[in-house]
Amino acid sequence: MSVRRVMGTEIEYGISVAGQPQANPMVASSQVVNAYASATLKARRARWDFEEESPLRDARGFDMSRHVADPSQLTDEDLGLANVILTNGARLYVDHAHPEFSTPEVTTPLDAVRWDKAGEQIMLDATKAAARLPGSPQITLYKNNTDNKGASYGAHENYLMRRSTPFADIVRHLTPFFVSRQVITGAGRVGIGQDGNKHGFQLSQRADFFEVEVGLETTLKRPIINTRDEPHADPEKYRRLHVIIGDANLSEISTYLKVGTTSLVLAMIEDGFIARDLSVEGPVSALRAVSHDPTLTQTVTLRDGRTLTGVQLQLEYLDLAKKYVEDRYGADADPQTKDVLERWESVLDRLERDPMLCAEELDWVAKLKLLQSYRDRDGLDWDDAKLHLIDLQYADIRPEKGLYHRLVRAGRIRRLLDDETVEAAMHEPPLDTRAYFRGRCLEKYSANVAAASWDSVIFDLPGRESLQRVPTIDPLRGTRRHVGELMDRAETAEELFAALTGS
Amino acid sequence: MAQEQKQPRKSSEDEDAVETTQDSDVAERKEALDNDVDDILDEIDDVLETNAEDFVKSFIQKGGE
Repeated sequence: MSVRRVMGTEIEYGISVAGQPQANPMVASSQVVNAYASATLKARRARWDFEEESPLRDARGFDMSRHVADPSQLTDEDLGLANVILTNGARLYVDHAHPEFSTPEVTTPLDAVRWDKAGEQIMLDATKAAARLPGSPQITLYKNNTDNKGASYGAHENYLMRRSTPFADIVRHLTPFFVSRQVITGAGRVGIGQDGNKHGFQLSQRADFFEVEVGLETTLKRPIINTRDEPHADPEKYRRLHVIIGDANLSEISTYLKVGTTSLVLAMIEDGFIARDLSVEGPVSALRAVSHDPTLTQTVTLRDGRTLTGVQLQLEYLDLAKKYVEDRYGADADPQTKDVLERWESVLDRLERDPMLCAEELDWVAKLKLLQSYRDRDGLDWDDAKLHLIDLQYADIRPEKGLYHRLVRAGRIRRLLDDETVEAAMHEPPLDTRAYFRGRCLEKYSANVAAASWDSVIFDLPGRESLQRVPTIDPLRGTRRHVGELMDRAETAEELFAALTGS
Repeated sequence: MAQEQKQPRKSSEDEDAVETTQDSDVAERKEALDNDVDDILDEIDDVLETNAEDFVKSFIQKGGE
């Protein structure tokens, strides 16, 4: 494989209610999600189908018992919180105390960026819809991961992998990659430590919240490698690697490289290509040490005795990935795989010379450059509230207030996609995964869709007493090539169902 | 041969000349860049929330995931 695989992102947004810091965030999050649902859905609202969910399944081969689980881990219980399935195949819902957007399944890094950014626009529209309701306060969303007071919320990635790959190999080869990839993927943060008490700037929003190397939890004792094992696909063939260590990125290039390089490293692990052991001594403290040094000179010690900077450790993976792609594909590698390799190399090369050379591409560098300009002009120390404000407001998703957006408009941050492409993805599903079938069902037959999930669409059909479940267990079926013509032709849900099942 | 040797010398003289103009270019560009930085900071000053301290203090989130 290459950078291509079935994957997606899920982002929990920070939420604030103007003038009401103590507002109940679950209520506010529900208002946002429900307002979007009311404003966009044509007919009935399909429920989320929880049948195949098993959040306590552990990739190491056992189930955590429900009574020892923290209540926050029981994500399969329908708590009556707002939950919408969209025509682009995505899921928009309330997860604990945050609105969350899960992209539809995609197969390329650029599509991951496209639907991840579409999620931002959907969240923006959702807040606008909520603001139109009489008497509602102004709700603002932030694409970040911490309040700098001890709370963190996630930006997760999901990668479908071959079940046959030993989990121990994933842990061994992915941990050093995750310790170091933040030099590229960090979103930047003002404040050190979970509550931000120590003054300074660090690469990552999330690094300080990771406490163990491997584990099932996502809300406490967060692990570098998460073992949740809900493939939402044939469990004999696949696992879904749930990655919880990433930052929520605003920069399209940051997300593109985050997903693209990770997918490539996973391909090498699946193919048993990584022969060198890049294991790091004390990965949890190494993760933090790398994050805490924006000069990128901090070294980590490898188990083989070498000491490398985060950039140098990434260069080891880049070197392997170039050899791997050359070995497997030669000149026939697909354009995105080549592009990811070229950008990865270019960014690492510049980060090693002078990180500021990446200010137009990477979130943490763009943010640091802006903060540094303020420090130079106004003589501010790192504990100054204004610098903390800039950190927060960088992630404000409103185009007129968000500093990321202002930098883009001033030509200081480069993009990969144009607005039209992102806007289309707010409503249209990817063409090459089962999200196409799910999204089009919601778009065309929503009056007859009772429920849906990643691996099913459930129809309520006239003349049939029981609900009819269409499983979508294979993420690569239900594509436009597979069912597009059929869905164009079938005017009603009954016709579609009859054609699909031959009944 | 002689001519060939002369050529590169001549062009390196040209390069020197080019570099000098580049130097003043760089100075000009740096000035332009400083103005540029000022411009963007001015622009951002206009959109920053007014009371930084209050705003930062009241940004309170619950954990998620």
